[in-house]
Amino acid sequence: MNAWTSLFASLIAVIALVLVALFGVGAIGLDTLFGVVIPYIAIAVFVVGIIYRILEWAKVPVPFRIPTTCGQGKSLPWIKADNLESPYNTWGVIGRMALEVFLFRSLFRNTKAELREGPNVTYGSAKWLWLGGIAFHYAFLTIVLRHIRFFVEPIPSFVELLSSVDGFFQLLVPTVFLTDIALLAAATFLFLRRVFLPQLRYISLAADFFPLLLILGIAISGVLMRNVWKVDLLMVKQLAVGLFTLHPTVPAGISSIFYVHLFLVCVLLVYFPFSKLMHAGGVFLSPTRNTANVNRMERYVNPWNYPVKVHSYAEYEDDFREKMKEAGIPVDKE
Amino acid sequence: MELHNLSKPQDLMNIDLNKTPETPWMDTPVNFRDGTYIYPAAGKNLKRLGLPNPREWSPTDEDWKLPDNWKEIIMKGLKERLDKYRSFRLFMDICVRCGACMDKCHFFIGSGDPKNMPVLRAELLRSVYRNDFTTLGKMLGRFAGARELTVDVLKEWFYYFFQCTECRRCSVFCPYGIDTAEVTMIGRELLNLVGLNINWVMEPVANCYRFGNHLGIPPHGVKDMWEFMVDDIENITGINVNLPINKKGAEILFVTPSGDYFADPGTYTCMGYLMLFHEIGLDYTWSTYASEGGNFGLFTSHEMIKRLNAKIYAEAKRLGVKWILGGECGHMWRVIHQYMETMNGPADFLEAPVSPITGTKFENAKQSKMVHIMEFTADLIKHGKLKLDPSRNRKVRATYHDSCNPARAAGLLEEPRYVIQNVCEDFFEMPENTIREQTFCCGGGAGLGNDENLEMRMRGAFPRANALRHVQDKHDVNRLLCMCAIDRATLTALTHYWAPDVSVGGIHELVANALVMDGEQERTEDLRGEPLNEEEEE
Repeated sequence: MNAWTSLFASLIAVIALVLVALFGVGAIGLDTLFGVVIPYIAIAVFVVGIIYRILEWAKVPVPFRIPTTCGQGKSLPWIKADNLESPYNTWGVIGRMALEVFLFRSLFRNTKAELREGPNVTYGSAKWLWLGGIAFHYAFLTIVLRHIRFFVEPIPSFVELLSSVDGFFQLLVPTVFLTDIALLAAATFLFLRRVFLPQLRYISLAADFFPLLLILGIAISGVLMRNVWKVDLLMVKQLAVGLFTLHPTVPAGISSIFYVHLFLVCVLLVYFPFSKLMHAGGVFLSPTRNTANVNRMERYVNPWNYPVKVHSYAEYEDDFREKMKEAGIPVDKE
Repeated sequence: MELHNLSKPQDLMNIDLNKTPETPWMDTPVNFRDGTYIYPAAGKNLKRLGLPNPREWSPTDEDWKLPDNWKEIIMKGLKERLDKYRSFRLFMDICVRCGACMDKCHFFIGSGDPKNMPVLRAELLRSVYRNDFTTLGKMLGRFAGARELTVDVLKEWFYYFFQCTECRRCSVFCPYGIDTAEVTMIGRELLNLVGLNINWVMEPVANCYRFGNHLGIPPHGVKDMWEFMVDDIENITGINVNLPINKKGAEILFVTPSGDYFADPGTYTCMGYLMLFHEIGLDYTWSTYASEGGNFGLFTSHEMIKRLNAKIYAEAKRLGVKWILGGECGHMWRVIHQYMETMNGPADFLEAPVSPITGTKFENAKQSKMVHIMEFTADLIKHGKLKLDPSRNRKVRATYHDSCNPARAAGLLEEPRYVIQNVCEDFFEMPENTIREQTFCCGGGAGLGNDENLEMRMRGAFPRANALRHVQDKHDVNRLLCMCAIDRATLTALTHYWAPDVSVGGIHELVANALVMDGEQERTEDLRGEPLNEEEEE
């Protein structure tokens, strides 16, 4: 299957999901199914799924300490060791992981190789992927945090603050959030590079297009319901608080676009634990990043280390004793 | 294949990195083209090691003479490894195919073959994993990027897992630290289960197992080689250096890759060790049993690493030394630094290493008890224990190639530079995207440095060579220094093809050239037997 097929299959899948929600709520009135039952199932699958996946990884041992060292290791006292790129203690590992998780350190290193006449190859700076990635993730995080306002009353002050900062420029009415724009722009960028960079398109699977399109669908439906078709936010909040407090109620008359948004979010939650999106949890467990470069300094035990067949010195000497003696090499047995 | 059979560099590199095949990668079969694949292991080598399915076969044959239940064996092996290596399990699951690694592999840059992009190399195995071990893969098949394991897939694995040098450059750039070396290592382990391996790895492994070194040199042969070097040293310096072999009660056991005493230019580095140890009066010994620092087990399986590496601690124990010193080598230091102590330790019969000359405690090696020669020599120089005359290397305009493993598996970056700058006056770094943790492989590591694979080697060598040519043009660099025995062999072909007039050598060769020895005659020649000064050449 080529990348175009994967792309169209993913697009059709997302469109189909939108239609399912529209049809389910709009045409046959399954508000309770889409407003209560599916969200509960989705959250359950999400939480249980993620815990399950992480436990699955966690129970697999790490037999060796295999950090990828990206800086000077600790050796002689007068040589400055780089604790963040080649950690020699727990603080170094924590620092390295923090840089990786919060700032996408490794991605920031990215370069682009270009072949020229000669032959010659050059490595240009290529920070767009890093920028797109970081904008995408932080915008997503902010948007998720902003949504807390729908689930609790009173609204926590940090959420209010976040929202006012995010809507600082007060563009249009209701205010367009900067993170909405950032998320849409970043996801679109990530999607377009996947479509238009030939090498990247070649390696792309439906599993790469689908989540991006799904998230774009979520973001677009969210912006539409807030800024264009303006759903009744009080009713949405009533539904959300009901879900959150385990007293679900389904107010009548919430516009279908809200259910499209909610349904796509539910699909994302269900899809998450079974997909590459689990990189969010996996990054913390990666042995090339979260182990210290202290292999010769501190003992490390492999829980399944087992004895192996070796060729002992005695066997070796048996093979060559006479020759060794002739050559004047000392032997154990005369 | 030989270098003169290859097309000219311009023609070889007439490729387009942005061009992808017409067919999707899952439907593009592997093509075993001469010069780009490696000959399989001879049956006798597998027999000697007790490995499965010894036979004579060729990758170009239709029938690879696999055992009837090959698929069951591979699947069982895969399951076992998914349960034993978190790295592998995780790296099968979390790749998002962001593309950061795509153009980081020297084989991709040199060949334009998308299956040499680290991400796709791993997908060759991931696709099978998804098919049999993941929910979505089982449900959605190809839509989830899953495919069944077939003989054709196995052939693809063989071709591409022996077209990866396990250099870990991609892992530097991966936002999750996914390390293709881990994937390749496990991929090769699986191939080994059904007897798919290459002779250029298995012969050294079989030799090392029995003879103690990759080249299969018996003890008296090893001694001859060392004695030959002692004679050469005497001719050059007038000093008869001391050559302790299998000496019980020595303070230090010295282990270095056998490439260092087998062929030029490694031999010059080996002469350098002999001269250095003699001059500082080190109480040490060579060993004919542990006469190999390298470990081609690393290119075979984790079990084989352990089987071969066991000799070093065993010999240290038998000889009753206090600690171990290791020579200039690349992949050897991946093993010594990241695996040895866990696999073969604890070496509690040894003492934490202390330099007998300077009194420095090597804190970073206090558990494994094995010190890198570059740490040892840098410490000697720092303490002013060596009398050095760098002008004796005045003909050398040097640059330094970081070997993959000391750089990306140990972080040994400054020690060699410190030593080089103290023994050589003209030292120039290659561009920053090609050194230190971003260093490019020589193109021939991990068992790939053989003649039949020459075209692919030269393709893989291109990024390194390109950086070398840059400093050659800009600074008249004429010596590519490295501290790796595989490099010393493979870079020689690299410079021949890509950057003629640049020679290759180890660092201790230059140390010994510069080393003013007590009672030496006036030096007129360097270790290569070439005149020290230009004038004397005329």
